[in-house]
Formats: sequence, C-alpha cells, structure tokens
Amino acid sequence: MTLVVPELASQVLERALARGGDLAELYAEARQSFSLSLDDGRVERPQGGRERGVCVRVVQGESSYFGYVDGTAEQDLLRVADSVAQAVRGEARHPAALSAADRRDGHPIRVHPEEVEARRKADLLRACEERARSAGPEVAQVRLGYGESRRLVEVYSSDGRAAADDRTRIRLSAQVVARRGDRVETGTDTRGGHVGFELLEEDPEQVAENAARRALTLLDAVDAPSGRLPVVVGNGFGGVLLHEAVGHGLEADAIQKEASVYAGRIGEQLAADFVTAYDDGSRTNAWGSDGIDDEGTPTRRTTILEDGRLTSYLYDLLRARRDGVESTGNGRRESFRHLPVPRMTNTFFAPGGATPDELIGEVERGLYAVSFGGGQVEPATGDFVFGVSEGYLIEGGKVTSPVRGATLVGNGIEALGAIDGIADDLDIATGYCGKAGQTVAAGVGQPHVRLRELTVGGIGT
Amino acid sequence: MSLEDAARRAVEAALAAGAGDAEAWAERSTSRDIRVYDGRVESMSDAGGRGVGVRAFAGKRSGYAYGTDLSDEGVAELARAALEAAEVADEDEFAGLPDESGVSDVDGLASAALGRWGTDRKVELALEIERAARAHDGISQVENAVYSDAEGSVALVNSRGFAASFDATQAWAYASAFAGEGEDLMTGLGVGLGRDPEALDPKAIGDEAAQRALALMGARRPESRRCPVVLDAFVAASFLGFIGSMLSAEAVQRGRSLFAGRQGDEVADPALALVDDGTQPDGPGSAPFDSEGSRTRRTPLIEGGRLLGFLYDARTARKANTETTGNASRGSYRSPPSVGTTNLVIEPGEEDLAGLVRLAGDGLYVTEVAGLHSGVNPVSGTFSVGATGRLIADGELGQPVRELTIASDLVSMLRAVQAVGSEGRWVPFGGSVKAPPVLIGEMSVSGS
Repeated sequence: MTLVVPELASQVLERALARGGDLAELYAEARQSFSLSLDDGRVERPQGGRERGVCVRVVQGESSYFGYVDGTAEQDLLRVADSVAQAVRGEARHPAALSAADRRDGHPIRVHPEEVEARRKADLLRACEERARSAGPEVAQVRLGYGESRRLVEVYSSDGRAAADDRTRIRLSAQVVARRGDRVETGTDTRGGHVGFELLEEDPEQVAENAARRALTLLDAVDAPSGRLPVVVGNGFGGVLLHEAVGHGLEADAIQKEASVYAGRIGEQLAADFVTAYDDGSRTNAWGSDGIDDEGTPTRRTTILEDGRLTSYLYDLLRARRDGVESTGNGRRESFRHLPVPRMTNTFFAPGGATPDELIGEVERGLYAVSFGGGQVEPATGDFVFGVSEGYLIEGGKVTSPVRGATLVGNGIEALGAIDGIADDLDIATGYCGKAGQTVAAGVGQPHVRLRELTVGGIGT
Repeated sequence: MSLEDAARRAVEAALAAGAGDAEAWAERSTSRDIRVYDGRVESMSDAGGRGVGVRAFAGKRSGYAYGTDLSDEGVAELARAALEAAEVADEDEFAGLPDESGVSDVDGLASAALGRWGTDRKVELALEIERAARAHDGISQVENAVYSDAEGSVALVNSRGFAASFDATQAWAYASAFAGEGEDLMTGLGVGLGRDPEALDPKAIGDEAAQRALALMGARRPESRRCPVVLDAFVAASFLGFIGSMLSAEAVQRGRSLFAGRQGDEVADPALALVDDGTQPDGPGSAPFDSEGSRTRRTPLIEGGRLLGFLYDARTARKANTETTGNASRGSYRSPPSVGTTNLVIEPGEEDLAGLVRLAGDGLYVTEVAGLHSGVNPVSGTFSVGATGRLIADGELGQPVRELTIASDLVSMLRAVQAVGSEGRWVPFGGSVKAPPVLIGEMSVSGS
C-alpha cells in the first residue's frame, strides 16, 4: 500500500522549498490500533483506532519549520507545504527526483495481530487472570492490558530519499495487587516486541504469573534501608538505569546544547574496561526496533560505550549534519504530529562473564534491585532517581528479605564508574519513553549489573 | 461541514448498525509551537488536527473507535468498529450514557486576542523570555524558551438528544535556564499560562527560570533528618495532582485509592481545603460540559480537614448510587471518557512564602521532586521521592541541596500540613492545579 505517491511527494517538496531551505521532508503515516483490558474480573475498554496523516518539515540553517494535517488529501498536503514555506526566508530551491519508497523488511511478522479474532485476545486476558488468581489467595486485583498497532510509514526528502516501513507492535502487560491485612503491594510484568501475535502463543499466562509472584513476595517486604550501599541491578527492566542515567545524556540534542554531562567526553574512560553498551534499533523483533527511523535512515547498532570508553552519541539527521557525522538512525517521532528528535531505540549493556549468583555472592550487605517502577533524570547533570518496585536485601552474599519503598538516587557518570561486575544474562524489556512531549516504544535492557556503591533512599534507616 | 454534524452522523450510523445507544465526540484544533535558542528560532510548527471518537453500547457492553476521517464513510466505519469492539467486552451493569445531560455557563474559555497575534510577535515573546533569563549573572545557558498556543472546538452528540459544542484557547510559555557547569550545573524552570499571549509576562517567566537555577548553585547532599518542609507551588501542585487522581471514584471503586471508604473521615489538617472546579474561567481544565455531556461544576473534596466526597462520571455515580460530578474526562478524541479532575484548587491561606519559611524555622524548602509517579504506592500512599531545594535555617532560606529523598505517606503528609500559602498559581503539571506553597510540619529527609 502506498500512502503518498512519489509524484505527489515531489510536488509537495517543491512547494515546501518555494522560499528556500536546506532540506524539505514529507512524512506520511497510517496507523491502525486495537487495545483491550481486563480489570475487576471483566474484559473492558475494547477500542480501535484508524489514523492517517502527513507532515512537512523544512530545515534551513539551524531552524526547523513544520506543519501537519490529518488525512492524506492532495489539497491538504499542498496547503501544509505552502504554510510551512511561508515561514522560510530565502531563494526557491528544487528537490531531487524521487523514486518509489523502498521498504525495509528486517522484522518478520508471522501472525499479523489484526488478523487474529478479537475474541481470542479477550480469552487470552481471561486465561492470564486465572493464572494470576491461582498464584495465591492473597491476590486481590488483577489488571491486564493487551495492545497492538500497525504503522505504515513513508518518508520522502528533497535530497532524493524515499523510504518506507511497516511496523507491527504488540504488548501484553499485567499488574497484580496482593493484600494481607493492611499490607497492599503491587507487582507488574510485560511482554512485547516489534513482532506479531506469535509472541503470545507460548505461555502468555507467564506474564500474569510473574506479576502475581512479585506482588505476593512484596507482602513480606521490610522497609528499605537507606544510605550508601552496594547495589546489584536485575536484568531486563533494570536497564532503565542505563536508559535514563546515561542514554538520555547521549542524545545529540542534549549534547549540542551542552545540556548533558556527557558533552565533549567522547573517548573518555567513564567505566571499567569490561563495560560495553549499545543502542540497537535493528535488533530483530525487539520492542524498540524499526526498519528505518522516522527520517528514513536505516536503523543500526551503535556502540555507545566500548571497553568503558564513551564512543558515540545518538544522532538524527539535523544534529548529525551539525556535527559533520552520519545519522545513527535515532531520529524518531511519536507520530506525524511531531518533529523527529534524537531518541534511543533498544539500549543495553553487553553481557559480561560473571553469573548473577557470583555478583550477589560477593556482597556482604547491599540491595538487589530487580525492577524499577520508573525513573527520572536531569540530563544536564546526570542526577537520577529511581523507584525500586521489586527489591531485596543482600546479606552475607545471599538474597534475603524483600524490601519496599527503596529509591536509588545518584548520578549517571558516578554510577557508570561504580560498575564492578556484569553478568551474562542479557534481556530486553518493553518500555515507553517520554521526551519533548512525545512517547515512543523504547527497549531497555541489560544483564545483571553490580554497582560498588550508590545512595539508597528508603523509609527505614 | 460542522463538527456537530460529523458527530451526529456518527451517532446515527452506530444506531443504524444496531447499537442501543451511541455517543460521538468530534474535535478540531490548530496549534502553534515556537522554540527559540540562542537568539534565533530553533523550530516552529503549525498543526491542524481533527478527529472523532465513537462510543457504542450493545446492551450492557460498550466499545470505542476513533479516527481522523470525518467523511460520511469514515464516521460510518468508525461507528461499526465501535459496535464490533463492544461485542468483545464483558457486560457491565453500570455502563451507559448519563441519565441527565447539561451545560454550565463558563465564560472566557476562548480569547479573540489570540487571533490578533501574528507569528512574528509570538517569536518575539519567546526571544524576550530567553533574553530575560540570560540577563541574570551566572546563567550559562537557556536550553529552551518555548511559546505554544492552541485553539480548538469540540462537539458532543449522543443518542439521548444531547448536542452541544464549545471553543477554547490556551497559550503557555516556559523556559529552562542553566546555572553553573559540569557536574555542578543546576537547572530552573519558569512557566506562564493563560487564554492568549497577552496573559503571559515574558520577563517574569525568564526571571523565574533564572532565579530558580541560581538559587540552587553550590547544592550538595544534606545530612539525613526529620524536619518541617515547605513545598513550593510547583511541588505542592504535583503532590495534590496525584492526590486528586486518587479521589476519583474510579480509583476508589476499583480498590486503587487509599481514600476508599474514608468519606467523612479526617484526612488532612483543617488548614487544607481542596476543590475540583471545572467552571473557573481561567482554569486550563474548564469546559461547559464534561466528556460525556454532564454539566461541569464545583465539587469540594477536602474541607475543614474532612474528606467530603469523590469525583464521579455517570458510570461510577450509578455504581455508588449517587450523582455524577461532571468529571468524565478525556485527553482527546483518541480515548474514551474516564473519571478525571478538571481543575484542582488548593484554597489559599494567610502566609506568603517568606512567612511559611519563617514558620518552618529549621527545615527544608523543596523546589523540585523527581519520580513522584513511580515513587508513590497508590494504595498505601507511602512514598519516597527525589528532591532538590534549599535548607531553611533560623527562618531563612540557606544552603542549596540536591540528591536527597523525602519520604512519608500521603495521609500523614496531609495531616501534617501546618499552613497553606497565600500565593496560589496555575501549574500545568500533574493535570491542571492551582496551588500555593504549603508548609508540612514534619517529613523524613534522607541525604548522606
């Protein structure tokens, strides 16, 4: 299916450059989505969406001019191009000739979710609920969500680029509340990817069971300690730490505004020599992967830390041009309603040589942070705060009591420098990342990682 | 073609397809966003959006579909999709359109002045914010100075005969200023909002960003302590926004609120009064009717320290055997209505900020919290969040501090309110909240 034919795209770009500009780009998108939830024992909120729209961007020097419209009607597209051109001051230019958009096909979809009957999705949620409830009588609430989307994307630009992508994403999430007397605890888990319904063919109920197990475990939690402690961070969603405290600071928009502690530090040794990390938007079927980014650049693997040295920032076209480098395929946008900005795709530490047990075994007294409820970072300073949603004490090299109310407070560079062990069990979890008012799918991941010492804020002392 | 027509055709199509009841929400908006950096336009965008969302009822089941195609075929397809979706849902005995619809008089939602401002003047306003921030000694950078506005129209039609529409405008601007450099760099945010750009004071926004950053220069990690804490208006608004979300009957009925079953209880110090008011002319969350066609109103939530009630839409009201409070809310046509706050307002008290700091004596002044949404357990209310601010010594603001956490639980915090400030302002985070600074008698502060 073609959303905008190359002939019309050429015409739009021609109009967009009527008053000059270094680059004009047309981005078209059709999105079809379906979601469903189960709450209070009932399947509810079934909803479908069908959106289609186009945006036009003109870049001139250091400025970007942008406009969008719902729908793909020819007269609307030309009007947007005219309105964007109005803001530019210069001589008309002509775009390069366009061919048909080239579609990338890196992420095989075996079962297209929109072809699966909605009833099967409802039944899947019911089966998940049953599994969660069977985890124990203290399971008080089960909340499940299923979501799928398919986005057809086309990008045409005045330098002759014509690219397309067909993106199917699917995600199952579970949130379970367990109750014992006055104690109430919540556990969560998710499974998702840039993948088809086949992802949920093998034991999807496991997601609900994991969430239930976490909630039940936390019922026995003691108040988290506070102070400076060694911390072992779990694999998978534990990678939120890397995403927030390092990854955002490597996005080239923050770097170029010197709004990042990582600005001007390429080549510096920031971590021990066994620490390597990637941003990889090409990883097959991973949650944060696409065929191309939202500027038409093919996604790829970028090494951000190699043997502890900082090796690359994450670029979109605009920031890459400014630094005289190539885009790393990180120009992403939530939809046609947004300008692309440098964003992470799937960001993770490479596996090391240790086992999780070895990392934990060497800790006399510390915190085992398995999963985070979320986090926040100030990219300018690298200061971060994370709520630990599942955590345990480590005592005498063993994981002992679960803890609640723990937060990790620190600084990205300090935390990188504090890494003193990486395990071999890489896993990537499904996150949503918000930036500049836009939310995109972002894969966060890592193997188990140990930090020599970090500030743990807790309720206890 | 009018929005109301599109919505009406969607409702008719749903009924024709076999829905028992149906409702359509149609909207159209244009918005403008200008970002300046280093004395020039960094980006400028112009957006035109339109769409419709259809809710269809099949007996006691409901489904939703939304889309961007407002043509006859487009809305008919959405109506069918909504009805098909409904067939997958389980029955819900409380589902249905509101039994009574209505419209409140709310003046001043749309300002004609917005239309009189050309792009160049808006760019100049953003540049003036940046200049104002940079004019302060010690400001190394203004990362972003942003001006945005939006004008929109909304129409709601349902199969019980409700049909109404309204227009609204909004303009806001903010800037983020940096002081210091490297690992000692501190940031400050300045914000302003109103119905049109004339309501924005660029110098005040730039000054605020600069002053907030400069006040934190030399921040270090404090020692752990228990002490009085003054929350500034931004931080008080973040906490109250969170508390507001737990006063939704939806959260209460689903067992996700620590306020469940506590109606009539003393949950706060008598100094604290909280209302939800969807009719305030200058409130960003104001409208004549809510997202399912009930009239908006003023609903006192906490008064004299007692919890008076919760926020309802038609469904949760039916379940609780009470009346809706006009709090059906939706972000856009892309989501079905659910219970939400309109404008939360903390009633102002007597003391200005200096007075609160004096009352605190020795304590902490918090100007920023991080991780609120992940750091609060919504059921127990216990929280531990990262904070930045200044120590208070002998009734005066002193040493800047960072990388600390403050911990308590929400009810203990509400009960420990000692005084509410006199200077309320609209804060656009955590929903729409009008908050003054608030003095909390004691909290646990964890540093080094």
